[in-house]
Amino acid sequence: MSVVAEPPAIELRGLARYFGERTALRDVSVSLPAGATLAVLGRNGAGKSTLLRILASLLRPHAGDVVVFGEPLPRRAFAVRAKLGLLGHEPLLYRELTGRENLQYHAQLHRIDADRVEEVLRAVQMERRAADPVRLLSRGMVQRLAVARAVLHRPALLLLDEPRANLDPAASQLVEPLIGRQSGCTRVLTSHDPKAALAEADLVLALKDGRPAFVGEPAQFSDARLQELYA
Amino acid sequence: MRTALVVLRKDLRLELRTWETLPAMVLFALVTFVIFHFGLNQNSIDGQLAAGVLTVTLLFAAMLGINRLFVAEREQGGFDAFLLAPVDRSAMLLAKATAMFLFLAGLEVIAVPAFGLFLLGPSLGPPLPGLILVLVLANLGLSVIGTLVSAIAVHTRARDLIGPMLGLPLLIPALIATARAAGPLLAAAHPAAAPPGRWLAILALYDLVFALLAYAVFDFLLED
Repeated sequence: MSVVAEPPAIELRGLARYFGERTALRDVSVSLPAGATLAVLGRNGAGKSTLLRILASLLRPHAGDVVVFGEPLPRRAFAVRAKLGLLGHEPLLYRELTGRENLQYHAQLHRIDADRVEEVLRAVQMERRAADPVRLLSRGMVQRLAVARAVLHRPALLLLDEPRANLDPAASQLVEPLIGRQSGCTRVLTSHDPKAALAEADLVLALKDGRPAFVGEPAQFSDARLQELYA
Repeated sequence: MRTALVVLRKDLRLELRTWETLPAMVLFALVTFVIFHFGLNQNSIDGQLAAGVLTVTLLFAAMLGINRLFVAEREQGGFDAFLLAPVDRSAMLLAKATAMFLFLAGLEVIAVPAFGLFLLGPSLGPPLPGLILVLVLANLGLSVIGTLVSAIAVHTRARDLIGPMLGLPLLIPALIATARAAGPLLAAAHPAAAPPGRWLAILALYDLVFALLAYAVFDFLLED
């Protein structure tokens, strides 16, 4: 009997990305199994958000291979997009539309049933403010809507860039089943709180000036390494 | 087509909520007619001059709409949201060009009667059917090229400058064809019953060529 190993959800080999003369990412290689969580750590400008945008097929890599769910990016991006949920620095919501209208718009783009909009609104406890324009909501509420938008189409891979920014502890707990480990999704996350990110991670990628300073299990990532990374 | 309708509905809803584009275009056109009225020092105009004044005014008013066409997508993450969805990217072109066409039609519903009332010598009634045909063809070209130019300009810091700098030279052939097609309709003496077919054909061909060009390159304009 032969055992066929499940292919990794994400496979990066020698990934590089430049912005003009500046190197945003270089020689990044990592393999993430399906259902696992990769914490990407590094100081501001280390290349974390760039990596997430490449995985979301919003940026083209300039060198190396990016394979997501067996599909090479950006060539086969179309086949992967329905499986991705991106929660980035921008909520990707129109300020003049209400929360419900925004989610309905995204649901229509993803060809999702309208009932799912109400389901995610309830999940982030925004159903009572769903008829208000986004511009009238607090940052925390907007972030809860952004979480709802990111998981609306039940993605298998969550790309989470500072996902708990602007969320108070209660709201952070509220979104846990949607974007936390309980979601069952493969996750790539960055955080301003590296210790919290390490606690959630199965694999760590530490970036320094766009280059990998460490790739491995969280247990191997010592406090000294952490301090050195953020020094 | 379905995705284009979704994006179009969202764009129209945003416009109805903010009124940021259409009123500015209308106001601009009305003020320009007043300026022409005093600048030309004539109580009324007709023929080729009238066609030129109307066409140039609509073209400049259209630039206001063109400059704003992708602003919400750029500033509020609409591009990323659209690109993250498993949809055909040309749906965005179709939606934005249709939105622009509707803005232009809305502008003309107010600006053309105002032009007839305040500047045009001959009555607007008889030439109106022919003029509508000319304006529909002109609007098609303006919408497609406007969408293309706006998609390029919105990625630059000086988008308010880049839009007209790229768009106006590209639109000169459409301007010439529109003015030449409308001129005989607006003549005070012996007005034509229908616009000249040659100029209509040029306008239609121009629309077709740029529609195909826009369809071919639009995907690349949305890329990083």
